[in-house]
This record gives sequence, C-alpha cells and structure tokens, in this order.
Amino acid sequence: MAFVNWLKRNLVVIAGLLTLGYLLLPNVVVMVFSFNKPKGRFNYQWQEFSTDAWKDPCGVADMCGSLALSLQIAVWAMIGATLLGTMIAFALVRYRFRARGVVNSLIFLPMAMPEVVMAASLLTLFLNMGAQLGFWTILIAHIMFCLSFVVVAVKARVMSMDPRLEQAAQDLYAGPFQTFLRVTLPIAAPGIAAGALLAFALSFDDFIITNFNSGSTVTFPMFVWGAAQRGTPVQINVIGTAMSVIAVLCVVIAMVISNRRTRQKA
Amino acid sequence: MAALTRAPAPPAPAGPEQRPPRRRGRLTPYWLLLPGLLWLVLFFVLPMVYQASTSVQTGSLEEGYKVTWHFVTYWEAVSEYWPQFVRSVLYAASATVLCLLLGYPLAYLLAFRAGRWRNLLLVLVIAPFFTSFLIRTLAWKTILADNGPLVGALDALHVLDVTSWLGWTSGDRVLATPLAVVCGLTYNFLPFMILPLYTSLDRIDPRLHEAAGDLYARPFTTFRKVTFPLSMPGVVSGTLLTFIPAAGDYVNADLLGSTDTRMIGNVIQTQFLRILDYPTAAALSFILMAAILVMVTVYIRRSGTEDLV
Repeated sequence: MAFVNWLKRNLVVIAGLLTLGYLLLPNVVVMVFSFNKPKGRFNYQWQEFSTDAWKDPCGVADMCGSLALSLQIAVWAMIGATLLGTMIAFALVRYRFRARGVVNSLIFLPMAMPEVVMAASLLTLFLNMGAQLGFWTILIAHIMFCLSFVVVAVKARVMSMDPRLEQAAQDLYAGPFQTFLRVTLPIAAPGIAAGALLAFALSFDDFIITNFNSGSTVTFPMFVWGAAQRGTPVQINVIGTAMSVIAVLCVVIAMVISNRRTRQKA
Repeated sequence: MAALTRAPAPPAPAGPEQRPPRRRGRLTPYWLLLPGLLWLVLFFVLPMVYQASTSVQTGSLEEGYKVTWHFVTYWEAVSEYWPQFVRSVLYAASATVLCLLLGYPLAYLLAFRAGRWRNLLLVLVIAPFFTSFLIRTLAWKTILADNGPLVGALDALHVLDVTSWLGWTSGDRVLATPLAVVCGLTYNFLPFMILPLYTSLDRIDPRLHEAAGDLYARPFTTFRKVTFPLSMPGVVSGTLLTFIPAAGDYVNADLLGSTDTRMIGNVIQTQFLRILDYPTAAALSFILMAAILVMVTVYIRRSGTEDLV
C-alpha cells in the first residue's frame, strides 16, 4: 500500500522522466554508434567496438568542408538576423507608429508558415530572377527565417526593462547615444544574446530551406541527407556526438559561472 | 489573513502607452524598421507573390512559362494528391496529441517538482538540439530496426499484432510504416511543445495549488480546474509550434517511412527538385499555406488566446 501511495504521488515524475528518456535515447544511440565498425556502407547495425572514426574525424571526403561552410553561414546569418531583428524589436517596443499591426503580422507569419512553403516560394523567386543558387541564396534565406525569432527574443527582454533607468541616465546628463550604449544596450544584452544563439542554432541545423535553395552547395545537413541515401559514414556520429558534448559543456560552464556570480553578490 | 495580505501586489502593467511620447526623432522608428522589413518583404512576401503567379502559369522548362490563369492546375493537384494532404494532417495531428501527452508531465515536473535539479533537466531537454536533427532522426532507424530489441519485444508482447490490425504497422516491421513516421515527428517536435508548456506552468503561483487543496480539491481536481486552465496559453502555442512544422515536414516521412507514407511535403519537394513541374508544385505549396493559415486562425479564435505574439 505504501508503494502504491508512493507511485501515486510520483506518477508525474516517472512519466516526465520517461519522456526525457525518449528525448535522449537517439543521442545515446548516436554516441554509441560513433564507436561502431560497420560492415557495408550503412551504420545502422552494431558490429564491433572501434575508435577508428574518432581518430580520423575528417576521413570522409567533403564532410569537414561542409561543416566549415555550415559554420560560416551560421555565423553570418546570426550577425545579419541579430542586427536587423534587434532594430525591429526596439522600434516595436519603444516607439508608437502607424502600421504596427501590419509589422507585427509580418514578423509572426514566417514563424507560422511551414518551412517547405517558404523554401518553395523563395526558390520560385530565385529561379525567376535567374539567381545563381549557392552560398548567397542560402544566407539570404537563413537571415529571413531567423529574423522573426530574434525579434521575439529581444522584444521580450526590452519590454521587461524599466524605462526609468534611461530617464535617470538622461537626468544625469547622458546624451541619447551615451544612454543607449551605457544603459540600454547592457540591459538588453541577454535578450540579444539569446536571439543570436537561437539564430545560430536555427541556421546551422536548417535543412528544408537549404535543400531547396542551395543548388549544388553542400552544407553539413545537406551532407547528412546525401549520406542517408548513399551510405552513412561513422564520422557523422562522431561530429554529432562532439557537437552535443561541446555545447553541453559550454552551457554547464556558463551556469557554474553565473551561479558563482550570484553567490558573490549575495 | 496575514499571509494573504503579505502577498506581493501584482506588478502594474508597463505597456508602451505609459511611456512619455518622444518629441525628437519622429522618423526614428521607421529607420529602425526599414532594413529588416525590407528583407522580409523582398524574401518572404515577394516570393509568395511569385509562387502564386507560378501556380497559374503553363508552359515547359524548355520554352519557358507564361501566366495563363490556368486555375485547373489547382483542381488537378488536389484531385491527384488529396491522400497526401489528408495523411499530412492526420500524422501531424497524431504527433501533436502525442507531444502534448508526453510533454505535459515533463513540463509539469520541470515547473513544480524538479527543485534544485531544474536547471540540469532543462539543459537535458535542450541538449538534443545540439546534434543535427537529421543525425538524430537516422538514429531512429537503428532503434526501430527490424531485428532490434525494441521491435522484438513489441512482437513478443503481440503489440505489433494490434498495431498492424489498426493499420499503423505492417507485419512484424515498424520501420517504413505510419507508426515510425509519427514516432519520428513526435520526437523531432517534442521540445517545441515542452518549452512553451514549461514557461506557462512556471508562471503559475504554487499557492493556488495550496488554496485548491485547502478547499478540499483532490489532486486531480486541482489539475483539471486550476493548473490546466492556467496553462492554456502554453498548450495553444505548443500545439501550434508542433502541428505547423509537422504538417509541412518531409524529412521523417522520407527517412523513416515508405512510399505509402508520403506526406504533402514529400510531394512538393519531388515536384520542385526532381520532376521540375513548377506550376503543380507552386499550387500544392499554396494550398498547404492556405490550409495551415485557415486552421491556425480558427484554432486561435476558438481557444481565445489572440495575444500570442
């Protein structure tokens, strides 16, 4: 009976942890299979333990090149989307102007649209223009769909900002530019950083829009897609595992640092 | 009573209306908006216009296309590909319901029961994002493999007999069946359900739970009458964030499904990139967009949360 009561009380916890397991299972599989030595071209069945792929992560033709291209595009898309998005967010929160509703829905629509629709319509534009598909068309597309996410992230932060802080700065004879640089920007920085990180992640992992607008240019997701048809090298799993380990380490370090800071303040 | 009066007053709504109007720089907002909006108009709105125009053109790749207001393309596209449309809506809806059922307990756990483990659990929810979603979707090929332990166990427990009878799987296979595709869709979009749910659950004052308990509500009644209604904004935005991308997805159907599980995204992709039948592809994409917009609008109206953005 005690067990039944315990089960009743912790049912939510158990169900939640099971869901977490479902979310993490593929990552575990990716990690385990990065140590596999597959027979044949596909890495779907466990054969034997081997660290070959880890010793030679760039041993597959074109893979590391595609990875570098993806990183490059993600950095530029992040910079572009963060700049344009932050400006829009400030305008939306700080100013009254006409056509606010139109602007809001123009920001919302790309997020409410299936990616395949945006991808296909952008391709019709590029085809009609006779544009050469490649790096630039991918970058244009990525900035376009990352923009709205940056606006939402920055807007949330700027909205929760106390406007009196800026008024105080101006009472202390700071000019508008100085106020912006010394007060507004530092307070908005976490929102801008969140938006920028989101843009980077979205661009780096984007497949559908890139699939339509890349021509013969191969980004990392495009490489994985091609590999899924031709044969999956173990090195894909190595990259996948390394990326998540590095990212989780960064997050944990950032958390530890911010914990220390709050403790020092307290 | 003392405990009640000690509760913090709700923060005054700090809308932009309260702020003093700025006299200087009346054009400033327009300058701030201009570059970003120009980008969206050029690369989001204009493509839609081009797509609409392409869908009513006729011609061939060699001789070029001309606008001939050939609306028959729409009729032909719908009559040929309606099964894929229906399948997309069905799969996306099933994945959304599954995401809600699976995601709610985890979001609840994060908001109310995680204690000092909360940050770690949040990192674990976001962690999968750092590995390319294509690689993670391919991992499902291993998990659901025909001779793998999971399918073996399901077969031994006669679960596969039931799912085959329902038409979700075929024989003793899970891969290349609707079940595999829905499983992949659910997996891929689950975090988009969990995070909005968590945000809205996290805003709920735990004292409301205590109050409900003091008023003799059983835990389930508390959930039904207090927690769930207050989490509705999260439910609405979570379901939208899951359903919309799932309905247009073609990656899961391609990697985990078969020719019998093709969704509308697959059709648009092949028409555009392999068959190069641009008018049909544009018409299909236009219909998908219109269908999603209508469904989303009706859904938002009915659920009464119009301030999503």
